[in-house]
Amino acid sequence: MSRLPVHKTYKLFIGGAFPRSESGRTYEAEGANVARGSRKDVRDAVRNARQAGAAWSGMTAYNRGQVLYRVAEMMEAREAELAALCGGVDEVASGIDRVVWYAGWADKLAQVIGSANPVAGPYFNFTVPEPTGVTGILVPEPPLLGLVSRLAPVIVGGNTAVVVASEAHPLVAIELAECLATADVPPGVVNIITGLRRELGPALASHMDVLALDLTGADGDVAELERLGAENVKRIVRGRADSQSPYDIAAFLELKTVWHPIGM
Amino acid sequence: MTKDKREVARRPETAAIPTDWEYSPAPESRELVHLQDRYGLFIGGQFVEPLSNERYTTIDPAREEPLAEIAQAGKADVDHAVKAARDAYAERWSVIRPSERAKYLFRIARILQERSREFAVLESMNGGKPIRESRDVDLPLAAAHFFYYAGWADKLEYAFPNRTPRPLGVAGQIIPWNFPLLMLAWKIAPALAAGNTVVLKPAETTPLSALLFCDVIRQAELPPGVVNIVTGDGRTGAELVSHPDVNKIAFTGSTEVGKAIQKTLAGTGKRLTLELGGKAANIIFDDAPLDQAVEGIVNGIYFNQGHVCCAGSRLLVEESIYETVVSKLKRRMRTLRVGDPLDKNTDVGAINSKQQLDKIGALVQAGIDEGAEIYQPPCKLPERGYWFAPTVFTNVAQSYRIAQEEIFGPVLSVLTFRTPDEAIEKANNTPYGLSAGVWTEKGSRILAMAQRLKAGVVWANTYNRFDPASPFGGYKESGFGREGGRHGLEPYVALDGA
Amino acid sequence: MLPGGFELPLEPRLPRLGSVDAVALEERAASLATRSIKRDSKLFALDLAIRVMDLTTLEGADTAGKVAALASKGIHPDPSDPNIPSVAAICVYPNQVSVAVARTKGTNVKVASVATAFPSGQSSLEVKLLETREVIEAGAHEVDMVMSRGAFLSGRYAEVYDEIVRVKEVCAGRAHLKVILETGELGTYDNVRRASLLAIAGGADFIKTSTGKLPSSATLPVQLCMLEVIRDVHEETGRVVGMKAAGGIRQSKQAVQYLVQVHETLGLAWLTPDRYRLGASTLLNDVLMQIRKERTGRYQNPDYFTVD
Repeated sequence: MSRLPVHKTYKLFIGGAFPRSESGRTYEAEGANVARGSRKDVRDAVRNARQAGAAWSGMTAYNRGQVLYRVAEMMEAREAELAALCGGVDEVASGIDRVVWYAGWADKLAQVIGSANPVAGPYFNFTVPEPTGVTGILVPEPPLLGLVSRLAPVIVGGNTAVVVASEAHPLVAIELAECLATADVPPGVVNIITGLRRELGPALASHMDVLALDLTGADGDVAELERLGAENVKRIVRGRADSQSPYDIAAFLELKTVWHPIGM
Repeated sequence: MTKDKREVARRPETAAIPTDWEYSPAPESRELVHLQDRYGLFIGGQFVEPLSNERYTTIDPAREEPLAEIAQAGKADVDHAVKAARDAYAERWSVIRPSERAKYLFRIARILQERSREFAVLESMNGGKPIRESRDVDLPLAAAHFFYYAGWADKLEYAFPNRTPRPLGVAGQIIPWNFPLLMLAWKIAPALAAGNTVVLKPAETTPLSALLFCDVIRQAELPPGVVNIVTGDGRTGAELVSHPDVNKIAFTGSTEVGKAIQKTLAGTGKRLTLELGGKAANIIFDDAPLDQAVEGIVNGIYFNQGHVCCAGSRLLVEESIYETVVSKLKRRMRTLRVGDPLDKNTDVGAINSKQQLDKIGALVQAGIDEGAEIYQPPCKLPERGYWFAPTVFTNVAQSYRIAQEEIFGPVLSVLTFRTPDEAIEKANNTPYGLSAGVWTEKGSRILAMAQRLKAGVVWANTYNRFDPASPFGGYKESGFGREGGRHGLEPYVALDGA
Repeated sequence: MLPGGFELPLEPRLPRLGSVDAVALEERAASLATRSIKRDSKLFALDLAIRVMDLTTLEGADTAGKVAALASKGIHPDPSDPNIPSVAAICVYPNQVSVAVARTKGTNVKVASVATAFPSGQSSLEVKLLETREVIEAGAHEVDMVMSRGAFLSGRYAEVYDEIVRVKEVCAGRAHLKVILETGELGTYDNVRRASLLAIAGGADFIKTSTGKLPSSATLPVQLCMLEVIRDVHEETGRVVGMKAAGGIRQSKQAVQYLVQVHETLGLAWLTPDRYRLGASTLLNDVLMQIRKERTGRYQNPDYFTVD
């Protein structure tokens, strides 16, 4: 006897929970009704991301690295579900390995990007990298690999993120959210909004509490988004969908230099 | 209710003061540990009988009871191990992608975290250190060390500007008995991350956590021969050092043996790193936060019974606060709990071996004979086992043996100074140069002292802090090479050519 | 280290008094909190926790009925077990002192009253002294006053000191004085140490962490900081000052940790209600549950313990 499956409802991922869009709207993608996120959802997500910022950036780098590694553990456990919603097992394997690669950077960044600076005077002078803050990300294709490739470098450095998922292939992003929710990622560190690019992009780009914007996945009017971002001097980054580099992490870090006299 | 204008009764007689509050025994369970009666050598991914046919017994120093029979690896065994390591290097380790090597190391880190309690109990049983330390310090740091270096395995090109680092091949590693598992992690993690394979010899008296680690290797599915463990005494170490097919030797132990190793390797072109002894000065200025400084002194010398190469074994106190500091120190020493290492409330555990106990006793007697004043808080030491009460010597001159020689026990020597220059002079007046401590509220003075102290590690307003990201190693006769941090990779890679 | 000379004016000297390293202090407190107190030693601690408890109700909604019930609970915490001791004191608002006194008459349970415009302290000295006189006349054995944080944080240390001296004058010979520092508002451990020294200089018989009205109240590192001051004062001058930890202590496990800290910092002599108090309300039932669990081996159900 055949059995009727219970279909999953795909909602947004905000503050560690899965709410529907406050607008109540959905759109159809990949054969499912997907939440059509609104400006207000973006607003809520940014608020959650901001609140989560202090605790996330305050964790030791080692702890953050462990959390990211656990994200990889959860992704590995859900390999089949993720593969069914994206390009397949190869994309998933690449995505997992990419997360592991970035996890290993957490406790090494300061050693590679920071420095002790030999100034000409009796001062101890050092430079340390610090997270920028709430970062908006427009995800490029492919829908899973593009997402983790742009998300991991943002959060490993201590930033929190509001992610706009792929418009055509949003389901894998929410599936990934389930991995995040079970990987000890503190609520609010990553927030994922599904919906229409043309509505969500400008909402994110114009938000005054979003301090950095990853436009790697922006199609359409990138110039307009960059113009909106200029209002609060956002750090705008255009990366590549399938790359990994500590400089992708550095793009979302500030540098702080500290002086202190040396003397008895 | 009307207000009563009566006189409030005087407070009655004082309430009773308790005569004692003995903490009931709070032992961590030994049942977590499943010991075999005898162990072989771990070579090529499995346990094998020693070709030497020689064995010895390892004991629990707190009870003087045997724990297991251990193999004494001879020349042929060491050769077997090195061949297995070479084989694994060529066939199974250097040929896989670095990101795969990384994932093996991550697995090891996670497994150590999962089996942390089991390892901590074993470490305390075999070595004598308090369970609180093995549980809260040794194990977390060991797991963290693997986790940290796992992340470097596929990022080596970022660690050395303009260089593509290559592994060296087979590393021979010899570790001491004071932090058996942690020292194993400090050696194996960077070596493997850099792409080498290893033959490691744990200390004679503390082989068990290394042997249990072989089970972690099995669970992590590490390719056979990547890590080989050969147990034995100094003879095994000597065989490993002089084996022609080992590309690099890493040794942590006494300065005396370190010098012997350096002599043995002279002219061979083999790479070498040494992490040897120390006689660290812990310097307290008059503006130091005193109660916290006293905690730092205590942690500096009584942590792990003083079996720490970087122990703050010389207290240099600014003369103006000498009385206060010594008085606070003695008071604090009286609250140290010496006893069963497996009791969760124990602060100071057992001395690792009879040999070490005798050595400590001899140096303490020398201190008394030379005229220093000794203080030991009253402790009820157990009947069996190797124990030494926390000890502090005052009226110590710079020239006394207890101020010059490494005691490697819970014995502190107190000296005074008047000016920062004098403190620096006394602190640096030693052939050692591993570590130093500085206690002062004044930031610029911390930095000035740090600049002038000839020590590989300077702790300011803290002591005995370790982290896989923080390079550790000595100046002068405390050795050369660093462990931990980006710099900890350097001993395990070849950097010639861009 | 206690410097020579507490003479007025204190302003120039006070900022340089006693620095505390926060990281090391917190580590020491965390290390002491890992002590494993089991079986008999745990029963000793739980029993002691009750004997040093100031059972407290400080609500705007307090009535005679509520205070009467509290007093009854404080005298006989567990009616089904006569071995359970009484608490050290019950702690109430000024208007409830006479009820508390009447209900504890004939027992060893003291009545402590808050005073001096508790919890804020934002009133004139005259009002504060009047209130103190009133509660003593109503029969309070102990006065818990609040330090003026506004004055302290503005650097008007002499004013803070003077207030404490004047309140102590009203109390002397009739009631013991606890000075609440409200450590959660002081910002740094350095300030906690300075405020402790200031309060002691002004005549405090006890120094107390908190009013319990702020989200942040007693913490183990803060108590440790204050205990070290008490120890220094005792070492240097022989004077005995008591410690009261209040606010946020709801579970037995915490109470035991606070007691362990006192034990290992000040020794057995301070493990008595004359020198140590725990200000709490819901803690009492948790301690009773733990005592019964230790004796019977079963984890307990709050329904079996009276709510007062």
